[in-house]
This record gives sequence, structure tokens and C-alpha cells, in this order.
Amino acid sequence: MNQQTEITADGRQIGGTLMEMKNITLRFGGVEAIKNISFDIREGEIRAIIGPNGAGKSSMLNVISGFYVPQEGEVWFKGQRRGPMKPYQVARLGIARTFQNIALFDGMTVLDNIMTGRLNRMRAGFLSQALWWGAAEREEIENRERVERVIDFLEIQNIRKTPVGRLPYGLKKRVELARALAAEPQILLLDEPMAGMNVEEKEDMSRFVLDVNDEFGTTIALIEHDMGVVMDLSDRVVVMDYGRKIGDGTPDEVRNNQEVIDAYLGVAHD
Amino acid sequence: MLYREAGDFKTSYRDDGQTFPIRLDRWAYYAALAVAFLIVPFIINDYWANAVFVPFLIYAIAALGLNILTGYAGQVSLGTGGFMAVGAYAVYKLMTSFPEINIVIHILLAGGITAIVGMLFGLPSLRIKGFYLAVATLAAQFFLVWLFNKVPWFYNYSASGQINAPERTILGFAVTGPATSAPAKYLICLVFAFALAWVARNLTRGMSGRKWMAIRDMDIAAEIIGVNPLTAKLSAFAVSSFFVGIAGALLFSVYLGAAEVGEAFGINKSFLVLFMIIIGGLGSIFGSFAGAAFMVLLPVLLKNLLVGGLGWPTDLAAHIELMIVGALIVFFLIAEPHGLARLWALTKEKLRLWPFPH
Repeated sequence: MNQQTEITADGRQIGGTLMEMKNITLRFGGVEAIKNISFDIREGEIRAIIGPNGAGKSSMLNVISGFYVPQEGEVWFKGQRRGPMKPYQVARLGIARTFQNIALFDGMTVLDNIMTGRLNRMRAGFLSQALWWGAAEREEIENRERVERVIDFLEIQNIRKTPVGRLPYGLKKRVELARALAAEPQILLLDEPMAGMNVEEKEDMSRFVLDVNDEFGTTIALIEHDMGVVMDLSDRVVVMDYGRKIGDGTPDEVRNNQEVIDAYLGVAHD
Repeated sequence: MLYREAGDFKTSYRDDGQTFPIRLDRWAYYAALAVAFLIVPFIINDYWANAVFVPFLIYAIAALGLNILTGYAGQVSLGTGGFMAVGAYAVYKLMTSFPEINIVIHILLAGGITAIVGMLFGLPSLRIKGFYLAVATLAAQFFLVWLFNKVPWFYNYSASGQINAPERTILGFAVTGPATSAPAKYLICLVFAFALAWVARNLTRGMSGRKWMAIRDMDIAAEIIGVNPLTAKLSAFAVSSFFVGIAGALLFSVYLGAAEVGEAFGINKSFLVLFMIIIGGLGSIFGSFAGAAFMVLLPVLLKNLLVGGLGWPTDLAAHIELMIVGALIVFFLIAEPHGLARLWALTKEKLRLWPFPH
């Protein structure tokens, strides 16, 4: 809340701090996966977290989504300190995510999968659901309309009624994004959204990420290994290595940071 | 040629979400209902009611219940027999303690009591999964049967240890007790089976069902998108036990009339209902009915064929019948591991294009 609203070169609005990580330390037994890291995510921006394998990026995302509780440090969301929470409670705050290796519900259709994204917005009582009367049916139709908008947006109309288990990899990734989007989150966490995709699929996915940010104004935090994609998409980048933060700033700043270059290219010890 | 979805356009999400989106399916469903409610009651006799229709409808309710828990929510249970016993003993105690209250209310209350018991035994599911949970529910099976044997209060201190259903009437017609007519037995079971199947369909197509299936398919992802595993799993146990409890109450009060817990609600019942949903199809309402029909009808059919048709001695036929049923179960599971419901769905998919599949 301390920063001024900025308008970027392409006309998007970036507001104040939405989420702030303060001195996070996460240990697994004797291993320190994250060492005293602080950074913030501002409203409306695309924030990337990068780093070599094993740097602690996914652990960081798991801390944000409530999957891991850090031993030290605080997570602030919308100006309030977030206490220890279960993942489903974090989801209710408006934080949605996708997974590195797809975590869809294989036995359900694409439509049902995306509808699960709306579950925090459906409040019909059990009796109403059992009798399919009143609130249950009304909510189902209202939320279906919202979900159809997401389906249109991600161009997956033709697979609406297909069971997810039958879909190819690239489409599954898209359905997973759709499920996260259906929740209309305040922050969308993407764990390697382009992993394992070919160039064309990566381009599609990049376009969707930008469009989501642009049209819905959703704040996005993403982990990605493809440097070209990261530098093109993101407003600001956090660089991690061995659980430490070694760089933080705009793509240009990060690219010219000596420590980052060393971490990625290796450094000659003599 | 008649079975087409082409031209049957949906113009609202309400239409698109209906249970039978294809017109011919809808007609077939209404026709089946009309036959079941308007024709069968007038032609049914004692043999057909006791050998075929009543057990089929009661086991269909039990299979629906177990399918909600195992097929939709992915929690394996071997406690079905025990939960049916809870329903039976609950309805017995209610019938004998409050004879002036309508039997339908007793049966529903018995379902409610079973739901509470089911939730209690569902608590371990929050910590353990798969085979280990199956073993935990097995404990429920043995404990409940032991309890109803051990505590005389449950069988009103009767000398035989049995429970006997007194006569109760609905609108002047006896539905329990020895004087019950075949149509009355059939109709009360049909009404319960129809209403509960409709409720099961509503729950599974709405948000509750999605939460259950999300937990079944990937519990971690379910939690991340906001499913509370505690309420999702316990609600599955509650709804499932409600169904199973009603099945147990009907089995005792309407069908058997008298029951001894170890015999009527032993581990065999748990396996029987589990076979029904595996053969019928996990996670399918239609599958619950198909599985119940398969397991109830097949022995009757074989018996008629072997004893009536081929003139074999009854004892030999009874043994051969067990072997044939077993072999057929194995055959069906190899031919279609996803059960009769999948077989049915595949047939319908083929039928949509028939006779011009290309």
C-alpha cells in the first residue's frame, strides 16, 4: 500500500503491494529449502520466480498456497498477516494455483473440472442440493455461465464434455489453467505452465497468461524455466539459488546481475 | 436410426444439464417408470415380489449408498452389512417403541441414525486410505454385528435373539408383518428406491458430487482448490450410510420380517453389495441398479434353468449355480472392468451412429 499506482508502457495498471513475504525460512529436517527470503507481489503485475533446479521455487509457491508452513517469517496478504492456514482456507482467500505435473480430476469431464473451481462461490444447502430445488439449481446455472466464459476465453469449447483423462498433455495444462481461472482468484500461481510444451503450445500459453493479466487484471506469480518466456512476460523477477534470493527486479536488471549470471552459467573458481 | 442427438438442440444451461439429454433416453426412462408404477403392481404375485423385485429394489438402494462412498468419493468400505444392521435394528427399536408413528418416518429416521454411525466410523478415513481404510471399516462390520448380538436391549430381550417386524400399515395397507400383500411390499420399496436414486443423482451432479469426485481423483489438488477434506469425506460417509441404513431397514421390516444379525447382516452382505457396484460400475447411478439386478436375478435365472429346465436335483443345482455366478463375475470383470454401466454407455455411443458408423 506504500507504492503509487503505476501505468506500464502497454497500458496496464500496477497497484500497491498485494502480497508480501517477510523473511521466510522453510526447513525440512536439517535441510533449509528457503533461507530468509523476502519479496512482494504487487497488484496486477506478473511476477516470475526463477532459478536453477532445486533452488526452492516450488517450495516458495507451496508456502504461498498454504501447502507448507514456514518455520520462520510471515506472509502478508492485502495488508494483513496470514496465520497458519490449511490449503483449502487459503483457496477461500482468493489464491488459486496450477501444478507442475498436472493435477486434474481424471474421472470428471472438462466442464466438471472447471466447475470445481467455483466451489467456494456456491453456498446452496445440502437439502437444496439433494432435491435440486431453489438455490442449488439457480447457483448451478449462474456458475455455469461464468465457467462458459472461461471456456470461451481459453478456446476449449469443443472438449467441454470430454473426460479429462482422454485429453493430450497441452490441453490438460489449459484445462488446469481454466479451473484456476474459474475461481476468479486475486492471485494466480502458475507452477511451470509451459513445462513439456512445444514452441507453438508455449506461444499459446504465453498469450493466455498475458490475456488473463490484461483482461481480468489478475495478479500472476509464475515459475518458469524458459528464460525467453520469463523475460518477455514478467514485470518483475525474483531469482533464487540454493534457497537464497540472489536477485530481484525488472527482467533487464536481473539479466545484468552478476550473481544471477554466475548461478546460471556457473563461475570459474581459481 | 431413431437414437440420435442430432437436431435435439439445447438452448439453456438448464436443458444442457438434465439427466437424460437425449430425447429417446428420456422417453425410455418415463416408460420404465410408468411400467414400474402403473403396471407391475397389478400383475405382481408373491413369487415375483419375494424372489425378484423386492430384493432387487432393496439391494439397489444399498448399492447406491455404497457407490456414493466408494464409486464417487473413492473411500473403500467393507462395513455395508454392519450399517445395514444399524438400519434394521434402528427401525425395529423405533417400531416397537413408538407404534403409533408412521413406518415411513421410522425408516427415514433409521437412515438418519445409520448416517450418524457411518460418520463415526468414517472418521479414520481422514487419516488412512485405500486398503487400510477397508480394514478399518471391516472393524465396523464385526463390531456392529457383535454389538447387536451382545446387548439384549437391541432385540428387546427376546429369547431367540431375533428381531421380528410387527405389522404396520400405510393408508390401511399392511407393509410389514406376515399379512403384507405382494404389491404393497413392492410399492413401498419402489417408492424408496425411486426417491433415493433421484436424490443420489441430484447430489452427484451438483457441487457435493464434484467435491466427492475431486477427493477421489486427487485429494491434494482438491484441497488446493478449496475442498475441505473433512466435510467432503464425512458427508460422503453420512449420505452413503443413510442409503445403506434405509436398505437395511427395508430388508428387515418389509422383506425378511424376522432377522438374526449374524445371519442377515454378516460380512457376506458387505461383499455382495461391493460386488454389485463393481460389476454394475463404480461411480454410476445406473450401474448400481444394473449390478443389483445382476446379482439378484442371475441366481434366480440359473435356478429356474437348471432345476426347472434341465431337471437337475436341487442340491446339485445350488452348488453349480454358485460356481457359474462366480465364473460369470470373473468373465464380466475381464470383458469390461468398468462394469455394466460402461458397457451400456458404449452400446449407446455405438447406437448413435448406427447403422452408418462412417
